[in-house]
Amino acid sequence: MNNQNEARDVLLDLKNIKKYYPIQAGIFRKTVGHVKAVDDVSLYVKKGETLGLVGESGCGKTTLGKCIVRLHRPTSGELRYKFGNKYRNLLSLNKKESLDARKKIQMVFQDPYSSLNPVKNIFTAFDEPLKIHGWSNADERKDRIAELLESVNLRADYMYRYPNEFSGGQRQRICIARAMCVNPELIVCDEPVSALDVSIQAQVLNLMKDLQKELGLTYVFIAHDLSVVEYMSDRIAVMYLGKVVELASAKRLYYHFEHPYTEALLSAIPIPKIGGEKRQRIVLEGDVPSPANPPAGCRFHTRCHKSMDICKTQAPTFRPLKNDPDHMVACHLADTADA
Amino acid sequence: MNKQDYILSIKDLKTQFKVGKRIVKAVDGVTLDVRRGKTLGLVGESGCGKSVTAHSIMQLLPKAATIVDGEIQFRPKDKPEFNILKYKRTDKKLRSMRGKQISMIFQDPMSSLNPVYRVGDQIVENIRQHENISKKQAIKKTVDMLKMLSIPMAEERIKDYPHQFSGGMKQRVMIAMGLISDPELLIADEPTTALDVTIQAQILDLMRHMQDQLGFTIIIITHNMGIVADMADDIAVMYMGKIMEYGTKEDIFLRPSHPYTKALLKSVPVLGNGGNERLEPIRGNTPDPSEMPEGCSFMPRCDMATEACNKAAPNVDIGGGHMVRCWHSKGGAPHE
Amino acid sequence: MATALVTKQKRIKKSSLAKRNLQKLLNNKLAVLGLFIVVTMILLCIAAPLLTPYDPGKISLFERDSAPGGEHIFGTDKLGRDVFARILYGGRISILIGLSGALGGMILGVVIGSLCGFFGGILDAIFVKVAELVSIVPQLLLVLILSTIIGPGVPNLIYVFIFTGWVATFRLVRGRFFSLREESFVEACRAFGIGSLSIAFKHILPNCLGPVAVQLTLNTAGFILQEAALSFLGLGVPTGVPTWGNIMNAAKEIITITESPWLWIPTGVAIALFVLGVNFFGDGLRDVLDPSQL
Repeated sequence: MNNQNEARDVLLDLKNIKKYYPIQAGIFRKTVGHVKAVDDVSLYVKKGETLGLVGESGCGKTTLGKCIVRLHRPTSGELRYKFGNKYRNLLSLNKKESLDARKKIQMVFQDPYSSLNPVKNIFTAFDEPLKIHGWSNADERKDRIAELLESVNLRADYMYRYPNEFSGGQRQRICIARAMCVNPELIVCDEPVSALDVSIQAQVLNLMKDLQKELGLTYVFIAHDLSVVEYMSDRIAVMYLGKVVELASAKRLYYHFEHPYTEALLSAIPIPKIGGEKRQRIVLEGDVPSPANPPAGCRFHTRCHKSMDICKTQAPTFRPLKNDPDHMVACHLADTADA
Repeated sequence: MNKQDYILSIKDLKTQFKVGKRIVKAVDGVTLDVRRGKTLGLVGESGCGKSVTAHSIMQLLPKAATIVDGEIQFRPKDKPEFNILKYKRTDKKLRSMRGKQISMIFQDPMSSLNPVYRVGDQIVENIRQHENISKKQAIKKTVDMLKMLSIPMAEERIKDYPHQFSGGMKQRVMIAMGLISDPELLIADEPTTALDVTIQAQILDLMRHMQDQLGFTIIIITHNMGIVADMADDIAVMYMGKIMEYGTKEDIFLRPSHPYTKALLKSVPVLGNGGNERLEPIRGNTPDPSEMPEGCSFMPRCDMATEACNKAAPNVDIGGGHMVRCWHSKGGAPHE
Repeated sequence: MATALVTKQKRIKKSSLAKRNLQKLLNNKLAVLGLFIVVTMILLCIAAPLLTPYDPGKISLFERDSAPGGEHIFGTDKLGRDVFARILYGGRISILIGLSGALGGMILGVVIGSLCGFFGGILDAIFVKVAELVSIVPQLLLVLILSTIIGPGVPNLIYVFIFTGWVATFRLVRGRFFSLREESFVEACRAFGIGSLSIAFKHILPNCLGPVAVQLTLNTAGFILQEAALSFLGLGVPTGVPTWGNIMNAAKEIITITESPWLWIPTGVAIALFVLGVNFFGDGLRDVLDPSQL
């Protein structure tokens, strides 16, 4: 397994990640069930690439992202991360190693307004993480903060301002700079532009692309908007109700989707273009079922326009396609290599 | 075109907000014609005044806002036209207009329904406010409408409370409530922004389908260029309280002429391009609406800005009703 | 290059939150008036020995019950003690009791509220029940019971106020913590590996201090009133110690009220003025520290 990871230059390998939240009821807080927010997800992230995670609300993409940053502890599974040339499970590190790993993996959050502490100026927001991670010299820290702000196209003297003096786009750039202050290798970006105005989104997206190129960063890019994910990602994982249903390269997914959900998702995105080839629109019926009580068999079968009998009883496994082993699908209809 | 072909004509509408001691010109001289039976898309970023324009039509504005100038001619079918702004917001004429002739649905379906009343009762009450029919008839009408909007088990569901509906279902209920009294104009203010993409597709599809059946006019307000490309016949692009460009869907997407429209189209990723084309962001930030620049409001962020832009830009018809508010459009100021 | 920039910008004036808030406070006339009243009265009480030559406890039987004017600005009481001196010295004790009771309650409430709000769980469940227990008994009654049990006296009264006063602050802080701990900036701190206690007290707590400060002023005013009420009932500070309440207590007979108004009017005005000043200031503080009002 490690050899295979080595060959692919894998930075982070998620193995059977599950995150269940107990549902408690009654006065004794008895657990009556579980919300299966993330249910058995296995993915890998290559060094220097952007892995896009896309799906509708409640599909578990944010939970998975927070598991990677270890803001949530997965119920089970392994997060194998490459330290130097050794893979270690992030969930079984000792205290010192754990702090060290926090330096490697950082996160940018969805809401730029709640991501910065309103009573602390930018300098303080950067200063403490730097201190914790071994920047003991105060002057060096200050220079570092100035450099970081400049790298996201903000003026260095903004460091003494407070968050409410910045616009949404500026705040998100500050958050990116803050995530970068400890020189991380992997940044999980959770809907980083969905709270921003259209004209500002492109600024932030391009900045992230430039930083990636310059510093060799690896991104896990989470969003509900497939067009944004496609713009940013090398590979895209489509999630539905806690499971990854399809994984393919961004270039391939739009034209060679295999899973009916991917198809519906692609056709549901309004495209700011007219003319061109007429897209066939698939309008899914009904709502996303509750992750506390997902349908048996294939979780998508209740809304699927291609549903068959087998889908109701048997959950498809997540397997590579016969003609393209890098393209994986969980669907009975897909022409997959035999398990 | 005949005057009667336009269901609504807005002329030089100016709505201002008082924020502390400052005046914010939220809508600053909007002139707009809405074709009967068609869909007008009003696009722009947050704070551009698109919502305020819509609320001005309904005269449903917050206390801090005042309409300082303008004219909104509403031309209902088979009835004399009238200027909405001639009447006070509490006037009987407007109260019977709202919800009857013009309906509005809002961005957040979660907060648009009263959580303590049954969904059916809320719709029934709405009908009985405008029509003199029995409760039984009203209930039947409600159920029929909900069925038309493909809400399963409508007879049962009218007895449910709003929290028992999902976001998409709530928005369907809102649309039902908006359409129940057979309005001529439906104003949809970001109707799908709070919803997931697949649910958004359902709702948009439904709105189109209902329009085909009932023939009402839609004004759809959104920040999403994709939705207007999908839904609208005519498009008005707003920026800082002014309409920068107005034309048919083809005018806007195939022949965009205002630098802002062009920039907006270049700054959003288009599905299927695979990230090959680099986006071209619009530089800078939206200016503070209380400190609007002199002259063209887009000038500080515009790549084409010249000396001439220091003066307010003219609104030029560049052909077939395609209006562009820019010095650099044909017929504007000297341009190369 | 970055260094050059930093040195250049060292000269740039730091925009400080505190400074801006101070400016906002100064613009609020009522709050400034309140602050002025409070500060002046505290200063007067501290400077008592300079302002009056009389000892508040000195009994002078030759000058019993003399009306204001002449040597005694506010007259003397039935034992010939100078009323003005008693108000000033009494103010020291009353304000001390009010302030330290409120401060102690605040510290207790903030610490427990922060811990419960941040960590939740059993600790939280226990303290919520305790707070409920304290608050279902009417506060005055509770004070009565407690001061009967542990007896009168200045320190005891302060303990009583701390014991009853922490609940409001606790609830406030706990509630704010519950919503703030979900904010992304807290998660960002955790992603950096910043410790829980540091997140709770260094990052979340400063966001709660506005309402806490307002609560502090309200409690101060309330406790001064309660001290007066308790002492008036004879349950507060021993009668030998001059406090505003005790001065009032000495004037509770009908005949004193009608015949010797100088015994109670000046004290009453002092209490009212101080409490009003604190409340004005607290209201202003609330407006200033409310982040939604810029």
